Amino acid sequence: MSSHEISEAEEKLPEERAQGGATAVAEDPFADPGLPEHEHRQQDIDERAAQRSERTVALLFTVSMLATIAFIASYVALPVDKYIYVFPIGHISALNFALGVTLGIALFAIGAGAVHWARTLMSDVEVADERHAIEASPEVKAKVLEDFRTGAQESGFGRRKLARNTLFGALALVPLSGVVLLRDLGPLPGTKLRHTTWAKGKRLMNYNTMQPLRPEDISVGSLTFAMPEGMTEEDHDFQTEIAKAALMLVRLQPDNIKDKRELDWSHDGIVAFSKICTHVGCPINLYEQQTHHVLCPCHQSTFDLSDGGRVIFGPAGHALPQLRIKANDQGYLEAMGDFSEPVGPAYWERG
Amino acid sequence: MKKLSARRRHPLAALVVLLFALAVTGGLYAAFSPSEAKADDSSAQSLAIEEGKKLYSVGCASCHGTGGQGTSDGPSLVGVGSAAVDFQVGTGRMPAQQPGAQVPKKKKIYSDAETEQLAAYISSLGAGPVTPSKGQYSTDGADVAKGGELFRTNCAQCHNFAGKGGALTNGKYAPSLEGVSKKHLYEAMQTGPQNMPSFPDTTMPEKNKQDVIAYLDTVNSDKSKTPGGLELGGLGPVSEGLFAWVFGMGALIVLTIWVAARTAKAKKS
Repeated sequence: MSSHEISEAEEKLPEERAQGGATAVAEDPFADPGLPEHEHRQQDIDERAAQRSERTVALLFTVSMLATIAFIASYVALPVDKYIYVFPIGHISALNFALGVTLGIALFAIGAGAVHWARTLMSDVEVADERHAIEASPEVKAKVLEDFRTGAQESGFGRRKLARNTLFGALALVPLSGVVLLRDLGPLPGTKLRHTTWAKGKRLMNYNTMQPLRPEDISVGSLTFAMPEGMTEEDHDFQTEIAKAALMLVRLQPDNIKDKRELDWSHDGIVAFSKICTHVGCPINLYEQQTHHVLCPCHQSTFDLSDGGRVIFGPAGHALPQLRIKANDQGYLEAMGDFSEPVGPAYWERG
Repeated sequence: MKKLSARRRHPLAALVVLLFALAVTGGLYAAFSPSEAKADDSSAQSLAIEEGKKLYSVGCASCHGTGGQGTSDGPSLVGVGSAAVDFQVGTGRMPAQQPGAQVPKKKKIYSDAETEQLAAYISSLGAGPVTPSKGQYSTDGADVAKGGELFRTNCAQCHNFAGKGGALTNGKYAPSLEGVSKKHLYEAMQTGPQNMPSFPDTTMPEKNKQDVIAYLDTVNSDKSKTPGGLELGGLGPVSEGLFAWVFGMGALIVLTIWVAARTAKAKKS
């Protein structure tokens, strides 16, 4: 309906409109208009056009084949450490670039060929497929229900209760054998999660220089990472152990330490905290030296290092564990024992 | 006096007066010159301190206090050292434009000479880290691989693995380290500007700092290699995923619409 017709209808009074409308409405406004007349494509009429389309499709598939061969060839031929400059990307590995481009072309050409084939050569005649009721006929339904009843009766499922219940028991237990096998995935954790390498008398080694730290090395506002004495990166269990023992050291003005225990466990304002977040164990060391907060990059848990490592924001459930330290006779910082609580994520048997 | 007056027209009188004047001048010079020579060493320094104090009174004292003792608007500058001044003023962070969570880097206000004068004045307030010399932050012979390791241990948590920066709490952030001069990188590690902790020579020796600078120099240069292709800001999987969803999926949708919108019929309607 054009806007001209609408404005004409609007101008009429309601009764007039009702009269005019009566004639305008067809006998059945919802009559099925049927399928529109089928229109042919160029390829349906002209056999030469169809052949051209076929050649295009074949060309696309051939391009894909060539690209696959180029992929294999570049994988074999190009060295890993060769770099080329490609404008806007920059200095990219020639191998990666070649593999990406050839594989991309190989896949895209298959898709493009298939789409072109379907659109130009496969039949596009519209077909109407009438719907039918999903429900089965009453006779079939009655037959199936009758069969089921007979079967249940003949099996004795309702009558032989002992056999039935023991079958349920057997079926319920059999998956357990699979579950038990999971036990051999590795040794049980034991008390490993409760202890770290830190022990009484172990000196604090500077992670940067691997030299023992002295209190005077650590100035107010600085951030230092330490690991226990006697560990080297070559140890076979280094990663496992450092993941628990990683330590960060900061120095605060002793007056700024709000927590009594933290002050007792510090040395001249130097406090040592676990570097492992108590939420899910991310390394946590985004230290803001003016606020004395450390932030976990994973879920934004924030701990206040001037208040016993208390959680002030985020999902972490426990304060950061603190390591009790002192200066020994030679003037080096050393641990006075292990952490008093398990480091890292809160787990169910955390003591 | 009569005798002297009587002989004032003597032919040798002019010579005597000349000799006398020379002696007096020489004597005066002898009397005053040693003290001048003594002052010479520190005169340039004290002049710089004087000039720095003047600049300080005009540009800094409103927040940091008239004697650098700090106020509620700015921290004390006693003992921050010339390195901190060179960093803060040299990168344009100071003087701050407005209070806020963090003072951003901007166009620098003071010339190099003025920065040095300010640094001289501030370091006269109390000993602190000294502006590094060229040799200290030079990366000749530095170990880039070791620098990368140190960077990942000490810096990457805030500044991202490639030094692209990252967010902190309450509007604070770790700035990108791209294009920061070697000297300023060194000074930042040395002094710990704003909320950044410091990494003093006692825990991160000069050699380690040079390694870190060399690493940043390598990853941030125009020639830095990106084996995986487009860096997309070097921000990690989030930006890469966003790019793939927006541009990759977007391109597929556009292509699909384009394919469907074109009719294959011979008679174009």
